[in-house]
Amino acid sequence: MCLAVPVLVVALHDDQSAEVEIGGVRSRVSIALIERVAIGDYLIVHAGFAIARLDVAEAEKTLALFDEIAAHYRPTDHALHSPLP
Amino acid sequence: MRYIHRFREGAPAAGLAQLLRTEVDPAREYHLMEFCGGHTHAIARYGVEDLLPSNIHLVHGPGCPVCVLAVPRLDAAIGLAQQADVTLVSYGDMLRVPASRRRSLLKARAQGADVRMVYSALEALEIAVTHPQRQVVFFAIGFETTTPATAHVLIEARRRGLTNFSVYCNHVVTPAAMQSILDSPEVREWGQVRVDGFIGPSHVSAVIGSRPYEYFAEEYQRPVVIAGFEPLDVLQAVRMLVEQLNTGRVCVENQFTRGVTREGNRRAQNLIAEVLELRPSFEWRGLGKLPYSGLRIKDGYADLDAERRFAMRFEPATENAACQCPAIIRGVKKPTDCTIFATACTPRNPIGSCMVSAEGACAAYYKYRRGTTRVAL
Repeated sequence: MCLAVPVLVVALHDDQSAEVEIGGVRSRVSIALIERVAIGDYLIVHAGFAIARLDVAEAEKTLALFDEIAAHYRPTDHALHSPLP
Repeated sequence: MRYIHRFREGAPAAGLAQLLRTEVDPAREYHLMEFCGGHTHAIARYGVEDLLPSNIHLVHGPGCPVCVLAVPRLDAAIGLAQQADVTLVSYGDMLRVPASRRRSLLKARAQGADVRMVYSALEALEIAVTHPQRQVVFFAIGFETTTPATAHVLIEARRRGLTNFSVYCNHVVTPAAMQSILDSPEVREWGQVRVDGFIGPSHVSAVIGSRPYEYFAEEYQRPVVIAGFEPLDVLQAVRMLVEQLNTGRVCVENQFTRGVTREGNRRAQNLIAEVLELRPSFEWRGLGKLPYSGLRIKDGYADLDAERRFAMRFEPATENAACQCPAIIRGVKKPTDCTIFATACTPRNPIGSCMVSAEGACAAYYKYRRGTTRVAL
């Protein structure tokens, strides 16, 4: 119930709503809870309402960290089955 | 969507799992509660538990809004839906939840009641606009993620002067539930449940911020990490909790920096504060009456409050004695400890609320972990 999804804003409407896209699917959500939404912004949407803005810079930072970990610990056949230290 | 699938990739997950294995202290046990049902499902769906060292135990918490709704309040909603002029509107999760005497909103609908399912609270408002002859009641449930939407439609209904729209408010607040778990006899006295740290729900914190949890970290000496709902987010959050527990540091940390700030969504908080206020006490299924844990509509919006408009009454209800939902909600039992799990109680024919919702622990176990045992790593 409390799961929200990231979406991309593709168009804005007058009635505090926006056309958003996720994985090729478009829908209209309310942006009444978010200030100054622009086309190209990423929002976090739950039950038809955007509840937060997705901070792309922060998301990329987290992904960069994960990439670094992935590069450092290359998965092998035994990656998940190495004995406990 | 880059910001979904990139957080589900296998290589970083394997790396995080490997790292975690080097970071845990083999001499100690870690009991971490994921508060939110969304996390319970992410963990079951992606097999996160199987990636963790065997001394990390995940305890499932009460963060499933339909699971914690007290049966008398659901019975009252069914009673309301059966009134001839009422159209009852709610989120899909709510419709199949069993009430007393095995009734549900869906069964009431089959018997002729006008019960409708919506994805957004705004749709409830639209139904009221297009059906002026009906009394449209929005059966509002959920934690802080759905609360601002309810506040918004109340204000909109007032602005548009709708007289045939009202809200049956059942919103609950997350921090109060966490506190009740730490205050419960199972944790404090009996030692049945051990919770060393919390994985906090990021989407709740998108609204309320991370600040409300600072009190716990300090008062109860339990670390809290606000985590996203993708598998890599959960793994990273577990690492952050392990690090805090190992070093003896206790604070609130934010793993979901891409959507959560310390302050949260001020605009949403202001909307909520304008129309809703805390109830002195609210009954939760499994947890009992908790002080200042639920929200009601303020007097200024009393005319839009279904509880007052229809003078709703709440009768005590008996629950199925075999159903272990209350203990599962408190984290005392796992779904597989229940004798009717996956036998008499299944998602197609649920007896307890935890088997219904897309966030209930029983539904997660049924869907993803039935018949499996923990893989020895």
